[in-house]
Amino acid sequence: MKHVVLLLVLLLLVGGLVAVVGVVWGIGVNNALVRAEQDVNEKGAQVQNVYQRRADLIPNLVETVRGFATQERTVLTEVTQARARATGVQLTPEALNDPKAMERFQAAQQQLSGALSRLLVTVERYPDLKSNQNFLALQSQLEGTENRIVVERRRYNEAVREYNTRLSLFPHRIVASFAGFKPKAYFEAAPDAATAPKVKF
Amino acid sequence: MNDYAGLLDAAARQRLESKLAAREAATGVQMVVALFPSLEGESLEDFGIRLAERWRVGDKRLDNGVILLVFARERRVRMEVGYGLEPELPDAIAAQIIRETIGPRFREQRYAAGLEAAVDAVYARAPARGAPPAPPQRTFGMSPWTLGALALFGIVGFILLREAMGGGGRHGYTATRQGWTSRRGSVLPPIWWGGGGWGGGGSSSGGGGGFSAGGGSFGGGGASGEW
Repeated sequence: MKHVVLLLVLLLLVGGLVAVVGVVWGIGVNNALVRAEQDVNEKGAQVQNVYQRRADLIPNLVETVRGFATQERTVLTEVTQARARATGVQLTPEALNDPKAMERFQAAQQQLSGALSRLLVTVERYPDLKSNQNFLALQSQLEGTENRIVVERRRYNEAVREYNTRLSLFPHRIVASFAGFKPKAYFEAAPDAATAPKVKF
Repeated sequence: MNDYAGLLDAAARQRLESKLAAREAATGVQMVVALFPSLEGESLEDFGIRLAERWRVGDKRLDNGVILLVFARERRVRMEVGYGLEPELPDAIAAQIIRETIGPRFREQRYAAGLEAAVDAVYARAPARGAPPAPPQRTFGMSPWTLGALALFGIVGFILLREAMGGGGRHGYTATRQGWTSRRGSVLPPIWWGGGGWGGGGSSSGGGGGFSAGGGSFGGGGASGEW
């Protein structure tokens, strides 16, 4: 009788210890996931920022080009419209969980990239414009921004890879499904981004 | 100042080096010039940002680093500007420096003159040194004791890790310039300054052979050009 009680107490103690260790471990995993998710969200916001920065450059660019190349109305309108569409699709933290929303964002931005590179090709026909100081400044700002976009997209993808890996590794998966963590969507390596409009000077 | 391409003679290299050191001491802005023989097929911008992430030039809080890269065979130049200097050195200005200061001199093969003029142009725009940066304050909600204990563990762990890995980085290039490591009077191994936060450093720094910059961050700002 005495032995049975002792055994029960011992079992309870061991059980309690295991439970405590499990809970502490779970909290640790959860916190690490929260941190990784936050990192992804921050980098997603950075991506949104640099795309916004590009959008902010465009009105000025369009105005400058219009001053030299009035007849290029079609390509200018195309850029303006693509910009309007692109700024209409924001990259919110919720969108990072939704591959469809990411696709929409990317499609809109790619359309703008396409319109922009067509504009820059058109510009080649206007030597006065190409040597205009204002245009040169805008052009290098645009190039710099395209480069920032490439950089921030890569950093975002690296953060997602880290987070998604953490999420899908076996023991973590239990905590992740309990706490409701969802994998995040990557930016596809768009052919456009790799060959950002580059103009030689 | 690193001339892997052998474009400069010893005197010019010395001159440029002391100019960089003097300007850095005066303004706090850290600038590195590196000349490479070739891009070896890599993309200029990609190479630039990866180097910037690796070298982490500039102060950790001010992000005030500038890297000027020259690739001899491709005749291309890239200037990487740290986050903190983007207002003073926007892309348009960086491009202008490459186009108007470096380009013409390089075309006449006056490499040292081009680089010196570029350094002058960059530092002409550098902000006046404000108050010296406050001592690093780690706000992690930990007591100094915990932090101290952690640091001790970290250092021991670091040394063990170093022993285990035998040191050394993957990339063959290392940056050295007198006066750098001593700037902060740092006795800690470089990884502590270059790691970008506790425990996260392994991938972005490490290796580098005694190189320790301030930990400045870059976001792809700057400009590319050719001569």
